[in-house]
Amino acid sequence: MALHLTKSRPPTADLHPEPAPPRGRLLSRIDTRWSPYLFIAPFFVIFAVFGIYPLVYTAWVSMHDWEIAGKGEFVGLANYTALFADADFWNALVNTLGMLVLATVPQLVIALALAALLNQSLRGATFLRMGVLIPIVTSVAAVGIVFSQIYDRDVGMANGLIGLFGIEPIDWRADKWSSWIAISSMVNWRWTGYNAIIYLAAMQSIPRELYEAARIDGAGWLRQFRSITVPMIRPAVIFTLIVSTIAGMQLFTEPLMFGQGAYAISGGSLRQFQTVAMYMFEKAFRDFDYGYGSAVAWMIFLVIMLLTAVNFLITRKRG
Amino acid sequence: MRRSQPLVYATLLLAIAFSAFPLYWLFVVATRSNDVVGDWPPPLLPGGNFGDNLGRLFDADEANFLTGMVNSAIASVTVTVAVVFFSTLAGFAFAKLKFRGRGALLFVILATMMIPVQMGIIPLYMIMVELGWQNRLEAVIVPFLVSAFGVFLMRQYAERAVPDELIEAARVDGASTFRIYWTVVLPALRPGAAVLGLFTFMGTWNEFLWPLAVLEADNPTVQFSLSQLSTTYYTDYTLMFTGALVAIVPLTFVFIAFGKQIIGGIMEGAVKA
Repeated sequence: MALHLTKSRPPTADLHPEPAPPRGRLLSRIDTRWSPYLFIAPFFVIFAVFGIYPLVYTAWVSMHDWEIAGKGEFVGLANYTALFADADFWNALVNTLGMLVLATVPQLVIALALAALLNQSLRGATFLRMGVLIPIVTSVAAVGIVFSQIYDRDVGMANGLIGLFGIEPIDWRADKWSSWIAISSMVNWRWTGYNAIIYLAAMQSIPRELYEAARIDGAGWLRQFRSITVPMIRPAVIFTLIVSTIAGMQLFTEPLMFGQGAYAISGGSLRQFQTVAMYMFEKAFRDFDYGYGSAVAWMIFLVIMLLTAVNFLITRKRG
Repeated sequence: MRRSQPLVYATLLLAIAFSAFPLYWLFVVATRSNDVVGDWPPPLLPGGNFGDNLGRLFDADEANFLTGMVNSAIASVTVTVAVVFFSTLAGFAFAKLKFRGRGALLFVILATMMIPVQMGIIPLYMIMVELGWQNRLEAVIVPFLVSAFGVFLMRQYAERAVPDELIEAARVDGASTFRIYWTVVLPALRPGAAVLGLFTFMGTWNEFLWPLAVLEADNPTVQFSLSQLSTTYYTDYTLMFTGALVAIVPLTFVFIAFGKQIIGGIMEGAVKA
């Protein structure tokens, strides 16, 4: 970088060591004063129009009887009261929360174990790290296609495998529990390695002396892991917990691809795996009920806020 | 070294096998014909049907796969370049320049960073209708040209990576602020910007819900095409798998070429959090 500077300076500049002429100084003052605003302006203009405005406007839409034909009456909280009495919404919320737990807990526990293994002086460390990260090169829709086939009732590998243990073939899409497991396994598969790398980074910043001191005190491997590693990487755990929660509340692609067929958006014939994001999509873009869909969007947001707060409280108490 | 070493390697290799298997299976099925896909034990070696399947994929009318690939390539590249440019520009301003309202504006970014885009999707759709951008590529590009997370990330990076003395020295030399950005700041931000670019590219390529809402089947993104395949040809697994395989080719290239940077990026981000 120093190179750029010396190069860009013409030798003649040295012949005029006096301060720059007034015009140049004025320009330079305008430059230092207004450039910062100019630099952040593109971001704020685009973000305001396509980011913040739609967000706020969702609340306004949700208080109207608003369908594809256009804005109808102002109905206050009527969409929300309807939502609270809507069994399909509660069903979708339960499905989402169920899959959130099934997808988050195993993911983070296995990630923790993988990170502990990776956090040793290993040969081929880069290869091993890239290896556990392989799933993130896939696109979600592609994952959905592969796992849908694996969980196919008739030709899927999952049923073939459990058949080896004498278990009868399962119609994975038919029930809540089985479809939840299948969909969660896609999420787990995709994100475990990613979280492991995040934990690994946190583990590597723990000072070695702590472990040495513990070893001198006679603490075993497991004890060290529980009393040093886990507390020291707590910020990373909280981070991954919050990110997984936010992502889990928006789960959409995996269950949609798992559904197959024309009515995939309802998450199975009995809505057994429809998530709240799918329900919002169905209301807004299949039934064209924008007001009601917006109310669903706000509810998703509120639940995310609530869960984030709960995450904070739990993890703080533990510490 | 320690006794447990072989066990550690074995466990990690098993985990990697788990990570890789669905992708391998994707490859195997994409090269096979439909009548053997459901066999038990499953066929575990690739076959010779890939060319055939590929032909059927590009002939599948409902999916418009080629259009999808081209659209996704255009959208991903445009969004990536724009996000990197605007994020480094604004990140530099927030990290290194003094101006009134800096704190408050940065707070706006922080406060909105974690809010999911899905939240505002219905009004966003209405805006697209107003602009006449339904079923047009602009709809999946323009709203995503900037990223709050990107600005925040580049601000953090600039604070550490760009020494104040360099900026001062450039100013004394009479460089304009934009010139400083271009010749001093941007080169210093390059590693961080590369990571931001990689993640933006992957994210845009993978975007699913919004294209599904605003585009139509005749002008899809690649993910939309995949979803079309799975709604229209859902019994034809080799066709769907071939589509999925082709759809992840660009991501695979990115991963092979920049895997190290991606790992570095994830690890840096985690340290910050």
